[in-house]
Amino acid sequence: MSTMIAPMPSSALDQDWSKVLRWGLICGGVLIALCLVGMPVELDRREIIERYLSLGYVSVLLIPIVLGRIAATQVVLEGFESRKQGLFDLVTGLLVGLLGGGCLSLLMVALDSWNLRDPLVNWSPKLFRFLTYENGMGFGAGAWIATCAVLSMVGAASHVVPAIVRRVSGTVVLSLLSLAVLEGAVEDLSEGFRLDWLADLIYAKKGGLTLTSTIVVGAVIGLVAVFTSGRVKAVTNRYRDLDGVERQKASMILFAVVAVLCIVLPMFLGKIMNELLANVGLFLLLALGLNIVVGLAGLLDLGYVAFFAVGGYTTAVLTSPNSPFFAPELHFGIALIFVVIFATIVGLVIGAPVIRMRGDYLAIVTLGFGEIIRLLFMSDWLGPYFGGAQGITNVPGVDLGFATVKGTDPRSVFYLVLFFCVIAIYVSWRLQASRLGRAWMAIREDEQVAEAMGINTVSAKLMAFVVGAVLAAFSGAVLVAKVGSVFPTSFMILISIIILVVVIVGGMGNIAGVMVGSFVLIGVLGGPKQPGLLQEFQNFKLLIYGMLLVFMMLKRPEGLVPSARRSRELHQDEFLQDAWLKGDKPGADDEDADTVDVGARGGEEE
Amino acid sequence: MSTHAISTKSAKRLVSVDRFLTFIRVFLVTMIFIGLLAFIWQQFDADNPFAQWRNPGARGLTGDQFKGLLISGLSQGSMYGLIALGYSMVYGVLGFINFAHGEVFMIGAMTGFVASDKFQANGMWESNFLLCLVLIIVMATFFSTFTAVMMERVAYRPLRNSPRLIPLITSIGVSFFIQNFVLGLFGPSTKSYPRLPEWLSKQRSILTFEIAGTRLLVLAVAAASMAGLWYIVERTKTGKAMRAVAEDKEIASLMGIDVNRTIVTTFAVGGAMAGVGGILWGLMFRSVTHMTGFLPGVKAFTAAVVGGIGNLGGAMAGGISLGSAESLAPLLILEPLGVPGVSQLKDAVAFTVLVLVLLFKPSGLFGERLSSEERA
Repeated sequence: MSTMIAPMPSSALDQDWSKVLRWGLICGGVLIALCLVGMPVELDRREIIERYLSLGYVSVLLIPIVLGRIAATQVVLEGFESRKQGLFDLVTGLLVGLLGGGCLSLLMVALDSWNLRDPLVNWSPKLFRFLTYENGMGFGAGAWIATCAVLSMVGAASHVVPAIVRRVSGTVVLSLLSLAVLEGAVEDLSEGFRLDWLADLIYAKKGGLTLTSTIVVGAVIGLVAVFTSGRVKAVTNRYRDLDGVERQKASMILFAVVAVLCIVLPMFLGKIMNELLANVGLFLLLALGLNIVVGLAGLLDLGYVAFFAVGGYTTAVLTSPNSPFFAPELHFGIALIFVVIFATIVGLVIGAPVIRMRGDYLAIVTLGFGEIIRLLFMSDWLGPYFGGAQGITNVPGVDLGFATVKGTDPRSVFYLVLFFCVIAIYVSWRLQASRLGRAWMAIREDEQVAEAMGINTVSAKLMAFVVGAVLAAFSGAVLVAKVGSVFPTSFMILISIIILVVVIVGGMGNIAGVMVGSFVLIGVLGGPKQPGLLQEFQNFKLLIYGMLLVFMMLKRPEGLVPSARRSRELHQDEFLQDAWLKGDKPGADDEDADTVDVGARGGEEE
Repeated sequence: MSTHAISTKSAKRLVSVDRFLTFIRVFLVTMIFIGLLAFIWQQFDADNPFAQWRNPGARGLTGDQFKGLLISGLSQGSMYGLIALGYSMVYGVLGFINFAHGEVFMIGAMTGFVASDKFQANGMWESNFLLCLVLIIVMATFFSTFTAVMMERVAYRPLRNSPRLIPLITSIGVSFFIQNFVLGLFGPSTKSYPRLPEWLSKQRSILTFEIAGTRLLVLAVAAASMAGLWYIVERTKTGKAMRAVAEDKEIASLMGIDVNRTIVTTFAVGGAMAGVGGILWGLMFRSVTHMTGFLPGVKAFTAAVVGGIGNLGGAMAGGISLGSAESLAPLLILEPLGVPGVSQLKDAVAFTVLVLVLLFKPSGLFGERLSSEERA
């Protein structure tokens, strides 16, 4: 590839021009694509800092920062010396930004001279006004080129400045952004705790932070960040280094805190926030089930929504008086027994034919089953039993004796969902380290070897399908009780894929990861139909989900909160290489990592 | 534990699942058989009690109806075949299912819409249709190829050596992204292609078959593209390189073949085929949305599996058989069994075909070509 001496630039202008050009054009392309998709204009309605900055501008301004940073990243191959970063990288960033801004200006010229509104829906005067700040072409172009250049340089500078500066400024910017973006949640919360005056102080009347509050809050966060710098990391490291009983104890404390928060917090929240939490819970339940199938057993089930539908329809048929063919009007609790039975049956019936298939065939065939089940529920053939496209309406809520859980009271729904989530978390947690769980993980890593070791792969895989199916069916049952009706259109393949994104972004095979994933994705961006905290993103969330899925697979396949074992599997090459470079025997440090992961229970099979 | 005990134990555990699978196989075949039998019976004698058994109103199909269904199945199937080629080629070379290939097809159809809409606006569509057709096919192939190549470069190349499911999951993400990106660009409305000129779309009678000109055009273009592909793969040096890379990447690179370039070419050729397929889809159904790629994509994958994935002739044959099965099976098998509203179950039939093929002959009708690591 190259010689052993890393190429050293002689001056700041001795750039790798093809690289600069490439990243500059990528920057420009991304900016133009973003504008044409309509994101900036749509997000412009959301103020971040009152009158000065809107979310639309933030979405555009982030691009050069990120790309400037990437372009100035130094690739250091193993065994090469790294170069000291400095002015050279700033120039790289500057040039990338200039090119990006230039592309954006070209878009402005094009917007001004042609009308392509016909195929491109976002080719509008609105976009032009957004880009030029309503100040005319020349001003807009100049401003964008200058801003992009500066921001891209800032991105590049993040490699140059000392780590503490980077960390503190990053923290300040990110927390200000989230404070502004999560305005709804913060206001709701402060209202619940009778702290309205604080929210009024921070936020402007029309939404967004006020300039003074930005400065004050930013300064406070900055100071806090300076003082706590390094401490957070130390704490998480200490937690990671704990082992055995102590780690379990620490986990228990963490868990207890989360549990108390989950029980107490909803009492102080308004309707919208509770609704949101209930949605997060529903998807968390689904994601926990899929986590068992995909994360633990490694079976990529794309038709997971089928089980969701089975749960929903079983509940609707058994509890609703409007069920067209058979309406016993059972109580939700009794219906739940049948939900488990039917989910198990469907899990087995779908699982049995696909169990012997190769991983990728399994994915497509389960996708097919997911579609078949939806099409059957929708068809005239089963219409007399399940209501066809009209669905089943008038499903009663859950009568608990002292209260009725239904959609009009999201808080009660949340507690119901929480109940199921706790069951699901407990089940997954217990299963993970159990004999069955270890069998799943062995199958995921290498099926043939697992079989050779005496694991009954067929029944283990079927069990994964069944457990996943039952959890999804619970979620479906609660959804139906919450919404009060069930339609085939609620069970699109889209849902399977969104849950897959949640599991993967959070961290496959890790309960905490899945929880984080559903909170971040479903809570902030929203589910397929359910709005999240960022309602402005409604039209773009699927786009973002797709991007996230690709990004995670490329950069961090183990997810945000990885499970130690899974990440080792995915980076096996690197682990082996590291071990080789260090001169260790490969596998020496594998073993102790194993015991940490499985915990004290990681004994031998049989 | 003795060998005997182990073998009986494993035998026992295999039995229950296998017995169930055998049951499913027998059940499905019996249903198909009964359906077909009832259909044949009602063709000969509509008052026969067996024909009347499940579907009292049965009247059978007339010859023309049957021919019409067959033709529509064939033309639709040839489109599936064109898309399936891309799946099959990528699978042959890289060994993973490029789930986003349906989106490449959609990009072709979308490009065709944008271009033909503009042509119609300035009157060229009516005055010089053939030129327009060539132009939109060229444009659609260009954009589809571009999409496929970009996809490979950005998303799949960095994952060349990762575990098997990773590229598949990535391709799901890519598919999702492209769908929603196109939604953002062009909006959610359904776009309709301009009407074909009358001289082309009118009914023609060929060998007693009544064929709409559009379907004829679809069949002709599909056959021409297939022939072109066959030439590229079997007769040119690039094609030889592709086959070599599909056989064994490492040995191919030792033989002086630029593996990366060959893989890009594979994506490009597959993308071009999907682009042509997209245009044909647009001309035949005259409507495109950002979701157009999903179902045809999955069905084309089914077609590739039916024909034996990695086998190009098989992909086309699989496409045509799937298309025919999809248009005939609801009326030939399901209707005689007394299922109402069979046309809604078209898609379900396609997926059932996939399950059937994987249950009975996982290697497909014509056998699949696997790379060495899978054979081992």
